Amino acid sequence: MIEFKLPSLGADMDEGKLLEWKIHPGDTVKRGDIVAIVDTAKAAVDVESWVDGTVQQLLIDIGDKVPVGTPIALLRAPGEAADSAAPPAKSAERRRISPAARKRAGELGVDLVSLSGSGPEGAITLQDVEAKAAATTAPAADRGAEMRRAIAAAMSRSKREIPHYYLADTIPLRAALAWLERRNAELPVTERLLPAVLLLKAVALATRRYPEINGHWLDGTFRAAPAAHLGVAISLRQGGLIAPALHNVAAKPLAVLMRELADLVQRARAGSLRSSEMADPTLTVTNLGEQGSESVFGVIYPPQVALVGFGKVMERPWVEQGQCVAMPSVTTSLSGDHRASDGHRGALFLAEIRQLLQQPDAL
Amino acid sequence: MSHTSYREALREAMRDALRRDPRVFLMGEDVGRYGGSYAVSKGLQAEFGPERIRDTPLSELAFVGAGIGAALGGLRPIVEVMTVNFSLLALDQIVNTAATWRHMSGGQCSVPLVIRMTTGAGRQLAAQHSHSLEGWYAHIPGIRVLAPATLEDARGMLWPALQDPDPVILFEHGQLYNVEGELAEDVAVDIHSARVRRSGNDVTLIAYGGLLGKALDAAEQLAKEGIDAEVIDLRVLRPLDDATLLASLQKTHRVVMVDEGWKSGSLAAEVVARLTEQAFYEFDAPPVRVCSAEVPIPYARHLEEAALPQVATIAAAVRTVCGT
Repeated sequence: MIEFKLPSLGADMDEGKLLEWKIHPGDTVKRGDIVAIVDTAKAAVDVESWVDGTVQQLLIDIGDKVPVGTPIALLRAPGEAADSAAPPAKSAERRRISPAARKRAGELGVDLVSLSGSGPEGAITLQDVEAKAAATTAPAADRGAEMRRAIAAAMSRSKREIPHYYLADTIPLRAALAWLERRNAELPVTERLLPAVLLLKAVALATRRYPEINGHWLDGTFRAAPAAHLGVAISLRQGGLIAPALHNVAAKPLAVLMRELADLVQRARAGSLRSSEMADPTLTVTNLGEQGSESVFGVIYPPQVALVGFGKVMERPWVEQGQCVAMPSVTTSLSGDHRASDGHRGALFLAEIRQLLQQPDAL
Repeated sequence: MSHTSYREALREAMRDALRRDPRVFLMGEDVGRYGGSYAVSKGLQAEFGPERIRDTPLSELAFVGAGIGAALGGLRPIVEVMTVNFSLLALDQIVNTAATWRHMSGGQCSVPLVIRMTTGAGRQLAAQHSHSLEGWYAHIPGIRVLAPATLEDARGMLWPALQDPDPVILFEHGQLYNVEGELAEDVAVDIHSARVRRSGNDVTLIAYGGLLGKALDAAEQLAKEGIDAEVIDLRVLRPLDDATLLASLQKTHRVVMVDEGWKSGSLAAEVVARLTEQAFYEFDAPPVRVCSAEVPIPYARHLEEAALPQVATIAAAVRTVCGT
């Protein structure tokens, strides 16, 4: 029997609240299938299974708030026989639900399947429905405050624990933007690339030579990550931000990255991220875009060890071969964890990004 | 306010009616010289004379029939039947005649008759004198059925009953006659509505007549356990005041109906069926009925007590519907 535990979906997550089950006893589950939707302080996240199996039993009810690591379901491994001693599925007999409770549940949109009853012979009563509705809706009203608390906790921890150092370099983008313009001219609008994709790809490729920038500081040591899963900082319309992972950025062509980035932003804003995207980032990239400032020095998202910041792409006076020219450029910063890397290596990492961006067709 | 008893309140109601309307008279077995089997009419013959307080032969069929004739002839008779058990001898007069004349005469004749009778158990009078057949009469269209459970209703219901142009049956529970309390001088009550006797939020306890007191006692006991029961006195058993019952159900979402009649085909069955038909989606627990055991009411004290709804059994039923 496999105990499916509530995964950590980020350093700022201590507990999660079950919003919806996507599986039922008897269902076959494959690795990567969505098992449940869990509300963290930041977002409603689709939790994926990391194993194959058959659902034996669901251990928590919708609306329950449990700490990270709590078993939430039991799965039978492939080939494992059904445990005859296990309690029968709830659907075996008709649930007792009072007519008033059923009516009110309809009005409030409360899912009765997951409720346990407190009435005569375990019947679900009006009070059970209203209590569940209150538990489900109350935090939503305070969503903004919870988001702020989560950000506050993670950022305070970062500044308390991580000795940050900061570097910045202004990188010329004439070659990159010209290349982008040529390429986009041949493509339909929906497939055009944004400069952000070039920047992300360059960061990911740069980590190959400077692995100490890409990974996690855990239990007093640095652990390099096997691949660059870039956390993309996305500001949310209702306030706050979230930085889900774009997976394996170094290995993917630009067109694929563009598609995945657009999808990620859209889903982050719709509140339907997957658990692997929340848990996996190895290095966060924040890109202020056209509305932003010239440069940004970010706070590292623990337990990551660095954050790369891009200011807005703009033309700057630039001295080239003894002449002053207008040069499109971007100020690129590195916030580094001094426990994991030193400024010298950090500077080389930024130089690598600069170098990569001068040869866009190699990206 | 004056201190009085249920019996005295009934007597005062009759004395008042006899004074106010010369058409009113009382007849029945032993109501005159003896003063009534339950002493309700004691002293009235001395005050109003044998013409208006009339002793009758021991024939319920005959004297109820005579009452119907007097009513048709323009008088306002009050007929006392000793107990509801004995009234079965007059069922033909009540059901086939009194209740039907308005309809069968196309509205030409009405029967403004009031029949008073004792009902209920609890006094070791055995099966011939102890049954609760109010529900049978409440089944019959054409008559109004009242169950005064308080001093106020004992004093106040008779006069409006006499004003009703159709037959009215007034049930006096035998265990209420000695109940004493304070009563206001001017009593005016209606004979069409149910009353909330105790307001509460958790469960609706519906009772009438002799069991209202037990329902209120059960509610007080439950209050100490944190269950806030609303107690409704039906008062009028026909026609039923659905609106008051529904309003309470919509507030509490739980119903316990207390009825001294037997459960099968009972007034309790009718009340629960009406609520279920009209407000099914308001129920938060199955409705429960607390009724008498389905046996002829026993003579032996302990068996009689066991056969009747008691404070403890009412409270237990309430706990069940409240899930505690």
